[in-house]
Amino acid sequence: MNALISTALSGVLMMFAGLFVKNKQSIKFVAIVALLICFAANLAELCTLQGGSRTLYGMITVTNFSVLFNAVAFGATLLYFMLSGSAFEKVGEHVSDYFALVFFILSGISLASSFSSLLMLFLAIEIISIPQYILAGSDKKSPKSSEASLKYFLMGSFSTGILLMGITLIYGATGSFLISELGIGDGAISPLALCGVILIAFALSFKVSAAPFHFWTPDVYDGSPSVFTSFMATVVKAGSFIAFIRLFHGAFTGTISKDWQLLLALVTAATLIIGNFTAVFQQSVKRMLAYSSIAQAGFMLLSVIAFSDFAVKGIILYAAAYSIATIGIFAVLIKMKDYTFDGFNGLAKKEPLVAAVTTICLLSLAGIPLTAGFFAKYYVLTAAVQEGNLFWLVIIAVICAAISVYYYFRVIMAMYFKSGEPGVEEMNGRFKFLLVVTAAIVILLGVFPGLLLQFA
Amino acid sequence: MLTVLLILIPLVTGLIAFGLKGSGPKTLGLISSLASLAVTIAALFQFRSAPESLSHSCNWIPQLGAGFSVGLDGMGMMLSLLTSISFVLIFIVINKREYDRANSFYALMLLSQAGLMGVFAAYDAMLFYFFWELALIPVYFLCSLWGGEKRIPVTFKFFVYTFAGSLLMLIGIIYIYLQTPDHSFSYASFTTAALPKETQSCLFWLFFVAFAIKMPIFPFHTWQPDTYEQSPTPVTMVLSGIMVKMGLFGVIRWLLPVLPQGAYVWSDVAIVLSIIGIVYASCIAIVQSDFKRLIAYSSIAHIGLMSAAIFANNEQSLQGVLVQFFNHGINIIGLWIIVEIIQDRLKVKSLNELGGIAAYAPRMATFLVIISFANIALPLTNGFIGEFLMFSGLYQYNPWFMAVAGLGVILGAVYTLNMVQKVIFGQPNQLTETTTDLRGNELLALGVIVAIILVLGVYPKPMLELVQSTTELVNKVY
Repeated sequence: MNALISTALSGVLMMFAGLFVKNKQSIKFVAIVALLICFAANLAELCTLQGGSRTLYGMITVTNFSVLFNAVAFGATLLYFMLSGSAFEKVGEHVSDYFALVFFILSGISLASSFSSLLMLFLAIEIISIPQYILAGSDKKSPKSSEASLKYFLMGSFSTGILLMGITLIYGATGSFLISELGIGDGAISPLALCGVILIAFALSFKVSAAPFHFWTPDVYDGSPSVFTSFMATVVKAGSFIAFIRLFHGAFTGTISKDWQLLLALVTAATLIIGNFTAVFQQSVKRMLAYSSIAQAGFMLLSVIAFSDFAVKGIILYAAAYSIATIGIFAVLIKMKDYTFDGFNGLAKKEPLVAAVTTICLLSLAGIPLTAGFFAKYYVLTAAVQEGNLFWLVIIAVICAAISVYYYFRVIMAMYFKSGEPGVEEMNGRFKFLLVVTAAIVILLGVFPGLLLQFA
Repeated sequence: MLTVLLILIPLVTGLIAFGLKGSGPKTLGLISSLASLAVTIAALFQFRSAPESLSHSCNWIPQLGAGFSVGLDGMGMMLSLLTSISFVLIFIVINKREYDRANSFYALMLLSQAGLMGVFAAYDAMLFYFFWELALIPVYFLCSLWGGEKRIPVTFKFFVYTFAGSLLMLIGIIYIYLQTPDHSFSYASFTTAALPKETQSCLFWLFFVAFAIKMPIFPFHTWQPDTYEQSPTPVTMVLSGIMVKMGLFGVIRWLLPVLPQGAYVWSDVAIVLSIIGIVYASCIAIVQSDFKRLIAYSSIAHIGLMSAAIFANNEQSLQGVLVQFFNHGINIIGLWIIVEIIQDRLKVKSLNELGGIAAYAPRMATFLVIISFANIALPLTNGFIGEFLMFSGLYQYNPWFMAVAGLGVILGAVYTLNMVQKVIFGQPNQLTETTTDLRGNELLALGVIVAIILVLGVYPKPMLELVQSTTELVNKVY
């Protein structure tokens, strides 16, 4: 609850801040302070929950899990503000509005992590999506940015329609929006409800960019200003996943789970294969990261399919590991003049520290031990192995993980083993320090994942 | 506690080395490796009096049931001895060499030592996997940054191969972990998991492929000759002397005790693959003209024999393998040292351009002959006892397998003696006339190796005693 209120208020605050604070540096400062307050307010809720849950009018149920996920999302956003907040200024005039939109997305995410009614789910998804359409098109001078925005908006509204249709069908079958009262998995499955579940699964697959609903992702991520791609590909995607997992693990259990499990297993396999294989052929690091985000979504989908304690812990760890590493890489990418792989040639010689941090983040995305990404992958794979009948999917996932090494290591090879004169903006000491902090978090979570999971 | 020190010393000094300049990293590398050797020797004494005191265990990720459990049994002791001696030798040999970005070079070398020690000491499946991967990363960077012309694609192939293999092993580890009654990664839970036979025979392949790629045995060996050829020679020494033992070690420590029935079902297949590797690699070695590739293929042949002997799995063959772990490591590092010296002096690695070195570098020639004899396991050299035991064990398992594998010895003599002949005898040419004999540090390193070869060749008893506990244990489980 606190998270939802504080982020929404911070969003409004940021809009007004644009009126009164003229200095752009101070706007960033205000945003960071507001986010810190949101973070603290969110954690404060743990004391009132005391391990139980708190329900509001049957619409919202806040649990420890919601609070923990919000903390991960806010923490990643904090890192993002500090690393890339200055890049907001380069996108356009309305810096404070961009921050406001990010806060609104965060309030959508806190709703997604705590909804207990299908209506709230719909609201959460919409609150997450609409600011993104604006952010995608925020670089008004670039036609690619406008194209990204329009494409995202059209495809996004279409999938929202499908989501709404699914909700309607489920309402028709059960007569309720409340997750606790749905009970579609008890006894015989009504065809109406099954159609509804499948439509919702498709709509949410679109939001998390799972294949074959992923076609918007590369264009939108590539066209949007890099600084916003960084946010959309990480925290926002994790937020959509949390909605996914809450809904499917909370409402669609029982006899119906077998039906959608198979469906989603096929979607996952397609996502893993398409994401990883296409990423191999990219020439631009930014586009590679877009496909990598599809590939990583495939791994996160494993935890949606598998019902277990591991799956829930896995999604939290995955969200944290993936978001932090990707935010770190994007922070460096934004400073680069040339986004192609060749643009990174010789970076290790010019900026050894930055190259080292980027390497650690890339290793984490590839899932090499000692980095957070390893345990994230470990948890979701364990969840899938535990499920028993998904062994074929696990093998596909593992092969895809090996393929992913190829495109992540291309960046490392460019930085370390090729010589060149990389065009890179000036990086000040504070930025480098924050990069080191990012790498430290990645390694810390990679050695002691318990630091995060003890709360789950 | 000593076991933890063996991992910590190279880890900490490695991280420090990144920040040093000038000759600092070089000195630190030597000091660190000597310190590791001293700790290993201390551990060896403790192993004789109180072997349990080398085990150490504490919580790591309690949520997962993974602990930081390390310990050394006879096999682990042997391999840590090999690791620490090898690193001392390597650092002595490259002491006069100047590397570009020396701080990173020495740091990565030390980190790879830490990873290797971790693999050999881990008594927890998760920890084992962790170190298994970690040993790979520094080596990847070492090869890619300081290797030969084709280093980037070659080492990348090496990395992807081994990474894919290890991921399969990870799936196997996860599966067994979920079957353990107490959901734990500890060695004890894994070995008592007692899975049904069908499951074991499926899981066998997940582990076997990972280990087979690392060894490497046929048909998973294609990364190896290229990588050995392209790597800087000190790294090749680490790869061929120590890292290949990771795969063999994995089979003995994890595969046989955890999946005994799986190994039983597939042992014939594994042995046949190993034997194909022996004959195939030996034949290719005969026609090689590149010095480094020849030794690389010879290594595949030797590893094939060890792998066959492991899967024959009787007490004699295992004893032979464990003794050979150490001896093969020492011998092949000796060969690489000579390759490194020749390459450093003459800048060629084709055998056809060499010849007549004996006249100009008599001491080097003598050392090469002795090490080559050890490489083909002549009696009175250290290689003999290990190969003899392995063949005898293989004979007990199946005489036909032994007969075919025995071809490897004959072919081995052919290519090794051929190599010796081409390098040190024959007509000297303009290039080889410029050869100078060994310098002090090289003499020291090779002298140590030859001393080990001769002493263990005549008196192998200490080695056999050291590994006795391990062979008995493995057989009991089987």
